[in-house]
Amino acid sequence: MADTILVVVEQREGKLNRVSMETITAGQAIAAATGWTLEAAVVGVAAASIASEIATKKLAKVYAIESPKLEPYTPDAFATGLKQFLGTRQPKLVLMPHTYQVRDFVPKLATSMGRCVISDCIGFKNEGGKLVFTRQMFQGKLAADVSFTSDAPWFATFQNGAFRGDKAEAGASAAPVETVSVDIADGVVRNKPQEVFKEAKQAVDLTQAEIIVAVGRGIKEQKNIEIAKQLADALGGDLAASRPICDSGWLPMDRQIGSSGQTVAPKLYLALGISGAIQHIVGMKGSRAIIAVNKDSEAPIFEIADYAVVGNLFDIVPPLIEEVKKAKS
Amino acid sequence: MKQVPQKDAPLKLNESGTWIREDVSYEVNEPDAYALEEALRQREKHKGEVVVITSGPARAQQVLREALAKGADRAIHLEDDKFVGLDAFNTAKAIAAAIKDEQFDLIFTGLQSDDYGYAQTGVILAELLGWPHATIIMQIEKTDSGIRVKRELEAGYFQFVDMPTPAVLTIQSGINKLRYATLIGIKQAKNKPLRKVGLAEVQSAIGGNLQKIEKLYVPQKTKKTEHIEGAPGEIAKKLVDKLRNELRVL
Repeated sequence: MADTILVVVEQREGKLNRVSMETITAGQAIAAATGWTLEAAVVGVAAASIASEIATKKLAKVYAIESPKLEPYTPDAFATGLKQFLGTRQPKLVLMPHTYQVRDFVPKLATSMGRCVISDCIGFKNEGGKLVFTRQMFQGKLAADVSFTSDAPWFATFQNGAFRGDKAEAGASAAPVETVSVDIADGVVRNKPQEVFKEAKQAVDLTQAEIIVAVGRGIKEQKNIEIAKQLADALGGDLAASRPICDSGWLPMDRQIGSSGQTVAPKLYLALGISGAIQHIVGMKGSRAIIAVNKDSEAPIFEIADYAVVGNLFDIVPPLIEEVKKAKS
Repeated sequence: MKQVPQKDAPLKLNESGTWIREDVSYEVNEPDAYALEEALRQREKHKGEVVVITSGPARAQQVLREALAKGADRAIHLEDDKFVGLDAFNTAKAIAAAIKDEQFDLIFTGLQSDDYGYAQTGVILAELLGWPHATIIMQIEKTDSGIRVKRELEAGYFQFVDMPTPAVLTIQSGINKLRYATLIGIKQAKNKPLRKVGLAEVQSAIGGNLQKIEKLYVPQKTKKTEHIEGAPGEIAKKLVDKLRNELRVL
């Protein structure tokens, strides 16, 4: 039997999490590079309907892994159910998106099988038959090629945006769907999750903003936020921030960009004093143009910037406000 | 807790291109600082003891000294240069072995480290100990049957989870406000117990790494970046020109 790659897609409340399509694209690319068979699986109570949704993609087979114990999500049930399933199918490589949910259960799953996860990957290479996964290290300042030294199954997760979800190839015909029941004994699930909720109301919707001026640690003090606000006003844009700024209470949480905040794609993203930690970059790298101002020439934000200004934002922003005002008048 | 290179420290690759050179400045991994703060706050509410643990070379003791100065009661240092190269699986195994005689109710870790960024060690440790866990935690309350925690989900969503103890929680940055060490705290820290655990003591619990860094390197840029240089006034003029003529947002 040929080696198999299994993509475990993610569902939330009966809906496919779109980031899963990126993982299918990644799986298709690895399958093409290795000649391995590509299959997918959905875990949960309503797995079957999502399984048929992804069965339209170029996949050899799709499994719907079901048990009433899989709803609501708990790491205990997901790790136990998937371990059972993987034990019978024995895929060589298991791929998932690097979501908060996957982060919650996949290290447990792999550990329970005596295996490991190469997490938060941004790509892969097939180096003469050896599969290596590329991931960012030191907050994106360096990259590493990492290989598995253990037996299969190997687990890898891919960062949001690492592959294009809309590039997932459709199949010539629908892939067969097989429903697999897993048996999760009473007492296995120890956590009791309550309803998912949204904190207060999201007062600010930055997803539609055309111009965003965002501040990071480099702004130093709360009172300095004012100059960023003036620049945003001059440009007719919205003010946003990286997580540490919101954590400090300098700006409200609903102005936070990144994996735990909003994901935006404005025409212009002006990053002031933002170093560009991965968690921030996943929320704004889709911006049409990025201008970054940072005094650290090695800041990872410059890797994705269209225009880079290495310098002190307190020197550069005031004349910039004046020039913008002049240009607009 | 973990010691990691300072955020803006310039990193240099070692000769074999598999890790960074050690001669950089280090600091506490930021999420771990929040995990410590949360432990101190829980102790202030419910009594008990806060124990800090790290694995790393002699330099990592600084992390423990700072934690003791902030109010932790005692510390454990898995001390050896080799601990730096362990994967998350073996780091968790070493920690589990070092604490096998302890009776903790809760173990807190930061949600991820600023160097490797695997976001796994806490969850692996929970599985090795056979304890339940919850990740990316923003709030912890004691209940009659255990604890109620607030998990951060993506895109501004949250969820409360009831769970029994003992448990492992990975703590999100921003869960609380960090305190500073006081002068008296720094003084007292010198007399607090710090247990050193050598590699030999946990060797039998750990095995070969399950994954290997083949190569560490400066990432290749995929985007063409134009550097805007000059005096601040010139930079401002050049940027406005770009905004107007290339990006057309003015």
